[in-house]
Amino acid sequence: MKDPKPLTNKPAPKSGLNSEIQARIGHQLRAMYDDVVKQGVPDRFADLIRKLDAGETPGAEEGLPQNSIGRD
Amino acid sequence: MPLTDSLRDEILASVPSLRAFAISLSGKSDRADDLVQETLLRALANIDSFQPGSNLPAWLFTILRNLFRSDYRKRRREVEDAEGSYSKTLKSQPAQSSHLEFEEFRTALEKLPQDQREALILVGASGFSYEDAAAICGCAVGTIKSRVNRARSKLSAMLYVDGTEDFGPDSTVRAVIGGGGT
Repeated sequence: MKDPKPLTNKPAPKSGLNSEIQARIGHQLRAMYDDVVKQGVPDRFADLIRKLDAGETPGAEEGLPQNSIGRD
Repeated sequence: MPLTDSLRDEILASVPSLRAFAISLSGKSDRADDLVQETLLRALANIDSFQPGSNLPAWLFTILRNLFRSDYRKRRREVEDAEGSYSKTLKSQPAQSSHLEFEEFRTALEKLPQDQREALILVGASGFSYEDAAAICGCAVGTIKSRVNRARSKLSAMLYVDGTEDFGPDSTVRAVIGGGGT
């Protein structure tokens, strides 16, 4: 479909419809994202940080790779 | 810099948005939480390389994004079963969207090319500047802007061109219809 402007029988009032759609996309994107943000910090992660702070190595315990970033 | 109490608290405070980013990228909550966990482990293991006073969330998002990218290449085949798993992570549907509309949006987002999806999320949902998003993705600011623009126009073609009421879950159909007449 190469035609950049498909001529349908109801031509869109360009900028008006476009900005309305963009606002709707932005709204939905944030709603989806914020719904996860509102769940806060699951215990799993609070525990992880606490253990690391106490000098334990939860990564090894759970079999996660121990390689670090920025080495390659 | 060493891990101070305040830095640790800041890292913990970034967890909710790291999860939202990970879920938006991957569409899978179990994998997303694994990504967040590995991000935290790497961040803490490499805390010495964090520059005091620089943007901590951007640093953490960069780690997560790079992990997702390398992980994605390994697990490309598993992406197919992402369908439907996102909604399980939600305690409630966003009040302002109908369930159907929300599912359609999520599905459309997953169909975007990865470069465009991450750019759109970073700028449109995480609230990063174009400059920060460019730093996170390791590309030019102009590249981020064009990816965001392309993501927006693809989403509007998938979701809003010629109405959405008759479309099933296959948004390939929508994309085709969005490009021409019937």
